[in-house]
Amino acid sequence: MIEMHEVDKWYGTHNVLKRCTTHVAKGEVVVVCGPSGSGKSTLIKTVNGLEPFQGGRITVDGQAVTTSGRDLTRLRARIGMVFQSFELYPHMTVLDNVCLAQTVVLKRPRSEAEAKTEALLRRVGMIDHARKHPGQLSGGQQQRVAIARALAMDPIAMLFDEPTSALDPEMINEVLDVMTELALEGMTMMVVTHEMGFARRVAHRVVFMDDGQIVEDRSKDAFFDHPETDRAQLFLSKILHH
Amino acid sequence: MNYNWNWGILFREPYLGFLITGVITTIQLALIAWVVAFVLGSVLGVMRTLPSRIASSIAAVYVEVFRGIPLLVWFFLWFFVVPELLPREWGRWLKRDLPDPEFWTAVVALGLYTACRVAEQVRAGIQAIPRGQTMAGQAGGLSQAQIYRYILLPLAYRRIVPVLTSEFMTIFKNSSLALTIGVLELTAQARQIESFTFQGFEAFTAATVLYLVITLTVTVIMRQVEARTRIPGLLGQKGG
Repeated sequence: MIEMHEVDKWYGTHNVLKRCTTHVAKGEVVVVCGPSGSGKSTLIKTVNGLEPFQGGRITVDGQAVTTSGRDLTRLRARIGMVFQSFELYPHMTVLDNVCLAQTVVLKRPRSEAEAKTEALLRRVGMIDHARKHPGQLSGGQQQRVAIARALAMDPIAMLFDEPTSALDPEMINEVLDVMTELALEGMTMMVVTHEMGFARRVAHRVVFMDDGQIVEDRSKDAFFDHPETDRAQLFLSKILHH
Repeated sequence: MNYNWNWGILFREPYLGFLITGVITTIQLALIAWVVAFVLGSVLGVMRTLPSRIASSIAAVYVEVFRGIPLLVWFFLWFFVVPELLPREWGRWLKRDLPDPEFWTAVVALGLYTACRVAEQVRAGIQAIPRGQTMAGQAGGLSQAQIYRYILLPLAYRRIVPVLTSEFMTIFKNSSLALTIGVLELTAQARQIESFTFQGFEAFTAATVLYLVITLTVTVIMRQVEARTRIPGLLGQKGG
């Protein structure tokens, strides 16, 4: 589904992604982890072209991710994305947030978009808040709406960029539960997260990044039980033992 | 001071009529010029935020040229100089056949000048929006035009209502400069009353009060606009 081959990215002279190669198969859940500044957020944003890259090749569903143009816009509409800071549109109600791209990009009739929205809001437990604005919701609620907004486009894959990092601890689980359910239904997912419990439960593979490089790319069990590199061992010991 | 006060003059014809037509002309001039300024200013403000170098440079040059020259000079340029620079036919049409040439020249001068100020506000309003909002729109498959139409402009306009209020008031006050090219707006009519009756204090007091009434009305209307466009749950947004 998602293929990344030797992706290179530079900010000026700073090499932020170094020949990153990995893939996400259809129906697979891949967790990307690593210390902050390791390039994992940048990596996931290259998948739908939000971050341009200079070298290598990325394809999604067989289509090359270009740097701009109509093809990229069309491809983005088929890939769902959830951001660390939710990025709901503050001037629109929850309902309008979820309907917007459905009506203006997919050209769904408003009634159809609303029906779809209501079904999704019910699924993420937000139907009672459909008429509210994002500023009236908690972080966890906003993130669940953001997931519904992405799902409304019937995506072929979902990208999650640290979806729980900006949340208060008591709200993390409500978001992880929605994501877990999604994974169990067979959604193709690429998830940047520090939630190792989530990774253990639902990931198929774990990609470990450090300093712009993919250091380990292995099955979940292999990664957690026998991390190969010292850096991954150090990372896991720090993140798991507290 | 030996001055014969005569407030009654203001309510006597033809002077009452002078004031009324003056107010109407001031309001018409300011409102039409505001539409020009708002539309053109929005386009220029958006252009300044586009990734295209050409678009943003054109808008930047416009803004620098228009705000770098005093408004009074613009009135003279548009009225006396521009018709001479145009092809002969156009110039003749402007001077002879255009109905009410002073009024429409004033609309152009005031509208194009205020556009550069609106453009700067719109640009600042757009640039203050976190980049994540644009990314969310892109990730949803929206085109650049759709991102501006549905996300950036609605947010930017809401944010700049207070500064636009001040620009909107200024355009009413600046419209008084139109008297220099012969538009009979409020200030010009007050002067006319003064020269006919020598009751200058009364005439300009009336004009002053009428300007205040206009600007206070603008303030009240814009407060309504601000209240109606306020985003629920974001009462404390930026500086508020």
